[in-house]
Amino acid sequence: MHQVSIVNDMVIRFANVNGTGSASANNMFSKAIFRMGIPVSPKNIFPSNIQGLPTWYEVRINENGYLGRRDGIDLLVGVNAQTQARDIQDVKPGGYFVYDSTKKLHQEYIRDDIHYLGIPMMELSMQHFDHPRQQQLFKNVIYVGALAALINIDLEVLKQIIREQFGKKEKLIPPNFKSLELGYQYVLDHYEYPLNIHLERRDKIGDKIMIEGNMATGLGAIYAGATVAAWYPITPSTSVVKGFETYAKKLRIDPETGKKKYAILQAEDELAAIGMVIGATWNGARSFTATSGPGVSLMSEFIGLAYFAEIPVVLVNVQRGGPSTGMPTRTQQPDILSSAYASHGDTKHILLFPSTPAECFEMTADAFDLADRLQTPIIVMSDLDLGMNSHLSPPLVWDEKRTYDRGKVLNADDLDQIEKYGRYLDVDDDGICYRTIPGTHPTKGSFFTRGTSRDEYAKYTEDGAVYVRIVDRILKKWETAKKYVPTPEMYQEQNSSTDGILFFGTTTYAALEAMDLLKQQGINLDAIRIKALPFNQHVVDFVKAHKRVFVIEQNRDGQFRSLLVNELEIPPAQLVPVLNYDGMPITADAIMQKILSNLPEPANHKSKVL
Amino acid sequence: MTFIKPKFRHPLLPKNKIGYYKADYEGAISTLCAGCGHDSISGAIVQACFELSIEPHKIAKVSGIGCSSKTPTYFLGKSHGFNSVHGRMPSITTGANMANRDLIYLGVSGDGDTASIGMGQFVHVIRRNLNMVYIVMNNGCYGLTKGQDSATADFGSISKAGSINPFEAIDLVGLSLELGATFVARSFSGDKTQLVPLIKAAISHPGFAFLDVLSPCVTFNNNKGSTKSYDFVRDHMEATATIDLVPEEEEITVAYPEGSTTSVSLHDGSTIQLQKLAPDWNPTDRRSAFNNLQSAKAKGEILTGLLYINPESQDMHELVETVPSPLNSLQEKDLCPGPEALDKINDSFR
Repeated sequence: MHQVSIVNDMVIRFANVNGTGSASANNMFSKAIFRMGIPVSPKNIFPSNIQGLPTWYEVRINENGYLGRRDGIDLLVGVNAQTQARDIQDVKPGGYFVYDSTKKLHQEYIRDDIHYLGIPMMELSMQHFDHPRQQQLFKNVIYVGALAALINIDLEVLKQIIREQFGKKEKLIPPNFKSLELGYQYVLDHYEYPLNIHLERRDKIGDKIMIEGNMATGLGAIYAGATVAAWYPITPSTSVVKGFETYAKKLRIDPETGKKKYAILQAEDELAAIGMVIGATWNGARSFTATSGPGVSLMSEFIGLAYFAEIPVVLVNVQRGGPSTGMPTRTQQPDILSSAYASHGDTKHILLFPSTPAECFEMTADAFDLADRLQTPIIVMSDLDLGMNSHLSPPLVWDEKRTYDRGKVLNADDLDQIEKYGRYLDVDDDGICYRTIPGTHPTKGSFFTRGTSRDEYAKYTEDGAVYVRIVDRILKKWETAKKYVPTPEMYQEQNSSTDGILFFGTTTYAALEAMDLLKQQGINLDAIRIKALPFNQHVVDFVKAHKRVFVIEQNRDGQFRSLLVNELEIPPAQLVPVLNYDGMPITADAIMQKILSNLPEPANHKSKVL
Repeated sequence: MTFIKPKFRHPLLPKNKIGYYKADYEGAISTLCAGCGHDSISGAIVQACFELSIEPHKIAKVSGIGCSSKTPTYFLGKSHGFNSVHGRMPSITTGANMANRDLIYLGVSGDGDTASIGMGQFVHVIRRNLNMVYIVMNNGCYGLTKGQDSATADFGSISKAGSINPFEAIDLVGLSLELGATFVARSFSGDKTQLVPLIKAAISHPGFAFLDVLSPCVTFNNNKGSTKSYDFVRDHMEATATIDLVPEEEEITVAYPEGSTTSVSLHDGSTIQLQKLAPDWNPTDRRSAFNNLQSAKAKGEILTGLLYINPESQDMHELVETVPSPLNSLQEKDLCPGPEALDKINDSFR
């Protein structure tokens, strides 16, 4: 097999057993590449289990910055005997299978189109470490050391990461160094190195950071001034509140009393979690909850109450594979419709679609302003891929001039100026009314919040005309919202094709790569990334300007496409679904193939080179 | 029948210590059935808040769904209220209380709203010892949907239509005692002399105060054979003690025969004074409360009054260690760490 050198462009997968300490070794591997200035994107493919089941960690390295998932494994580190047969099949022809040669490989696993690199990881570990737990843990570091030699990772970068990681447990530093060197030296002694696929230092990271979306979301809530976080544990959203707590403990403790300037409430279920959020925001605090699809289903009744009674709510939906319990540890974008129209009766909700951790931070913070401004639920639509995987992201930004927009809230002085206060009076003709917080004024401004129909003065009514007036006024707010929500991102100064692609959230990574791949084939597509529902005029204009728009999303039923059809009354035939819903993040290749199969007539494309 | 509540009040009617008339604590005119027990409870709430001289806007009324949950419209018209969704009043109150610990939270629920659809939230709010008053207006049936048995309907109780309830009742008082509620009482809508001081004591209690108030449904469950009718409850009531709440600055003036009284001091300095009817009952001992409850049940009696109080109660804010000032009063400068701190955070992810 003749080998061409491939630099800084590869997919490496680690096949591990969950609960064996592989995560920290794998993270160390990704971080080292990041610190070598090379764009990198790791993804955990993990089971819904605590210990003993297979788990994979897949790392795409691409110096051009294409960091969506890519099919085809160039190098697989297989340290899970359970999955070895399948893992070997997953390596692409010409690729490498690195394995623990302490045990001999089964003959039937041998393929003649890939390379086998045996490292006696467990044997080396047992020779140098006494304790079984240590032997297990350091085995992982040994393969990182071997990889350092095989693909050219700077050993000093790895050592620095170890020093930082074990700054407080210094005695763990030498055995980690030792393990790295054991793996490294073994490769030096037994194989030619580096492999044809390898790394070279670059300077392509700039000021970017590597962070999980959920951590950034939690930080967004800290910066936006959330004081009450109510939640019920559910994968993949759990680390949102954990992120909030991590930073609240650092940044929100009153130095004088040692008491907390926040409350984290682990509720009995998702119904209670959102009830607590509604109670807290009704009472003037900023509050949020984080959940996933099943949680949104359970919260639906309360979401309707918040919509109809006009109470601010920030809800983070970290989506996972559905329906029902579905694939709890796999990614999808399957809650578009159930979130947009959550609850019975006529309801629709503002959705935000972050695609990077920086946007998780920014949009979560924005969600609090929007919720207060528009007095309605705001749902931040993240997903497992974005939330639970580390992503290369622009740094988190907080403009020092930024101030909280608490919306239309009357204080005691304001109330004194008002003859008769009406909670649901549309004074400013924008659909948004003035609210009061309990306890504000001894005699003015109190009202009864209810999920039943009521008039402008919050008084119960079953008068049909009044009901229509109120629900139509709430719809006016939906129009007002279009001015406040983030506008879509366009990827061209001017439209230049008859076809366009439309996407949102984590689909962005693969969609942009697919766009470039098609461009290399002479197919030019215009692109738009949606950041929010309600859709504003930019979305309408983009769709109108194209004969066909490919709507790329990660669910079976093309839910976003349905949403576009429903909200904008677009003829369905104009929107072509491009879907992926196997639980793995969508790939550029899959998008490209689907689009190509829909382009029978190349002449349709102005820029196509014939 | 009129739907307009007269605003005229006699000028010589008494004001309370902060200058409010009792009328200042009233709400809109009730639309419940004439003779409904719930209206009497609303009246007792008005009386208790008036006597305690609470500023009306310092109270938040919270309820779920059902006849009982409609009542907050009929009392404390100057207080904010929240009629939420069925069985979910505790979570709304929990969030509200976390946002502002300085208000008084008055939760009103029914037996359907608490013992069936809301059981999950009920038991968990007890666990957290949220500082609130939780009143169940207990009539053993679903009124708004025309009188179906609820989960508190007693075994063998006969409905208006003549069917006999084949299921065991959930006793909310026994349950809340078991779960460690720090204030547990039962009363009867028709006994204002007992109910008003109980509500006052519940408001003064720093923690979860549970009041199960038997409140007959005149339309669907006041028939012969019902164990939640006016007649049945009156005939079977047995009280632990007569109760009086003495505010901090007032002297205890009522004299009782020695040995028959007991008093419990509350955090706010007030005192609950009890004229005991059962000699072996100790209001601060849960076991004693259990025993009395069980023996009353065995005798076919309904035990009312204050059953248990934990004078050492620490409310949820103490448990989760929040700052003394209400969280909703914290300003941007208290909450937002600013761009410099974010630079450092960004660095930690490189």
